[in-house]
Amino acid sequence: MAHIQLKSLCKSFGALEVIKGIDLEIRKGEFMVFVGPSGCGKSTLLRLISGLEQISSGTLLFDGQEVNNLIPSKRGIAMVFQSYALYPHMTVYENMAFGMKLAQTTKAEMDTRVRRAADLLQIDHLLERLPKQLSGGQRQRVAIGRAIVRDPRVFLFDEPLSNLDAALRVQTRLEIAKLHHDMSDVTMVYVTHDQVEAMTLADRICVLRDGEVEQVGTPSELYENPNSLFVAGFIGSPKMNFLTDRLAADFDCTTLGIRPEHITITTAADAVWQGKVIHAEDLGSDHFLFVEIGSSEPLIVRQNGKLLGRIGDALSLRPMPEHLHRFGTDGRPIDKAA
Amino acid sequence: MGRSFLGNILFYMGVILIVVISVYPFYYAIITSFESGTALFKPNFFPESFSLENYKTVLSQRSFLRSFANSIFIASVTVGFALLLAVTASYALARVTFRGRGLLLMTILGVSMFPQIAVLSGLYELINLLGIYNKPWALVLSYTIFTLPFTVWVLTTFMRELPVEIEEAAIIDGATPWIVITQVFLPLLWPALVTTGLLAFIGAWNEFLFALTFTISETERTVPVAIALLSGASSQEVPWGAIMAASVIVTVPLIILVLIFQRKIVAGLTAGGVKG
Repeated sequence: MAHIQLKSLCKSFGALEVIKGIDLEIRKGEFMVFVGPSGCGKSTLLRLISGLEQISSGTLLFDGQEVNNLIPSKRGIAMVFQSYALYPHMTVYENMAFGMKLAQTTKAEMDTRVRRAADLLQIDHLLERLPKQLSGGQRQRVAIGRAIVRDPRVFLFDEPLSNLDAALRVQTRLEIAKLHHDMSDVTMVYVTHDQVEAMTLADRICVLRDGEVEQVGTPSELYENPNSLFVAGFIGSPKMNFLTDRLAADFDCTTLGIRPEHITITTAADAVWQGKVIHAEDLGSDHFLFVEIGSSEPLIVRQNGKLLGRIGDALSLRPMPEHLHRFGTDGRPIDKAA
Repeated sequence: MGRSFLGNILFYMGVILIVVISVYPFYYAIITSFESGTALFKPNFFPESFSLENYKTVLSQRSFLRSFANSIFIASVTVGFALLLAVTASYALARVTFRGRGLLLMTILGVSMFPQIAVLSGLYELINLLGIYNKPWALVLSYTIFTLPFTVWVLTTFMRELPVEIEEAAIIDGATPWIVITQVFLPLLWPALVTTGLLAFIGAWNEFLFALTFTISETERTVPVAIALLSGASSQEVPWGAIMAASVIVTVPLIILVLIFQRKIVAGLTAGGVKG
């Protein structure tokens, strides 16, 4: 419901500059994911948008209106915290109704909204329980419910899945995706360090590094056309292979990037690289081969199906030429056509 | 676990010794309060006679009942003031960043290190200036002053351990600092409030020096002073029996308070709010 604009936004804690002038537009109804390694400022950026942190300089606009000095509750936002942050002494119902109670919403209105949100999240049977009587997944759903009842313009998620176990994480991820679908007019901003979450949830991803925007784009743009070594290495699992020195020089670049799934096993005559398998990981549906070809780290090759080769086998490899990523000395890509 | 039989015996003998040493003075006060006449002055381990005479003597004195009421009033009001000030102060000290916060905390601790006698004259001047000499407020003021450093420190420590996210969630829900304190933090701070409140109450209840100095008339006295100034039939006679009976009477409310509130001192009130 809100179009968010960040204009040269800066944040310093004392002498430490955490956010270094970020310009970004988050479109109305968009699911934007901030992703980056720890300490890159992604959580701080989210907190600046929420109003929990004061903006040092720059402008933050919601629908064209400056909100720099607006207190969080007046911005029309709702936030889901990593640690759930439920009020321990209140029941699920009271937790969800607390904000409305403070806003002096009528009892009937409060009740309708709480029950509608509880229904949506299938927690209607838990309304009388205390947070300590709930499992981790249920607590996080209550936290999401508390955010929904606020009927926000902007939904903020601060690593909401980090405290859940693997199975629950996938399930909750699905629910958040569904929520975005159901509330398609609400802008959502989601912070995570997990690139799988970013790839699966986002309409657009904003990769942050050291308080600056590294690249913004749809998941497939970032995957196919990373505009720096950093983004190339951060997006995709397992990581993109990086070859340097002589191996890169063969392709007229400083660093050559090639994703594990873009390498084919071929015959000796056709080979670009040759090497020995030094390690293998079999995931059932596909498998990864770690091949020693004289680079600083073994080349990872992804193959479909069950593991066939054995450790110690010699392999001839060939990259798919249309999927080569060539980077110059500055870590920026060299134009493909060149 | 794997403790030898002999070790067990020594352990429990040690326990018994400690219990006997610490409980004996109270036990002796209780049995003495039921004795009268010359039996009072015979050292004994078991009650030799039983009479409620001493209790009748004490309770029939109107001034004693008055002192009892004074004590209850002063101790309760002190606890109320101390907790109100301490909760708000510790919120600031634990949650609001401002220059000189550490220094302020240290000063608060430093103030509490002065012995009562050192501040007695200054406090006397202050009380005269405020015109509350020989009034209960004189004692409320001085007890609050002496209770606050401890209360503030304990509550600040507790407040710091409350998850920041809960406060932030409340801020997003539209809570002002006052609402955060009263509706979110207070319910979570119950154990700490009960503990510090109880200690403040006991401190105010048992205090003697200020109570003696800042009151003059019999009707304004608190219980410790009243007990100390209990007089017998003649100036040669110290009414030990009555003193003991009075002491037992004033200790009972404290024991009842502790028993009531110990059930409320339950750990883990914050369980479930955040992960873990």
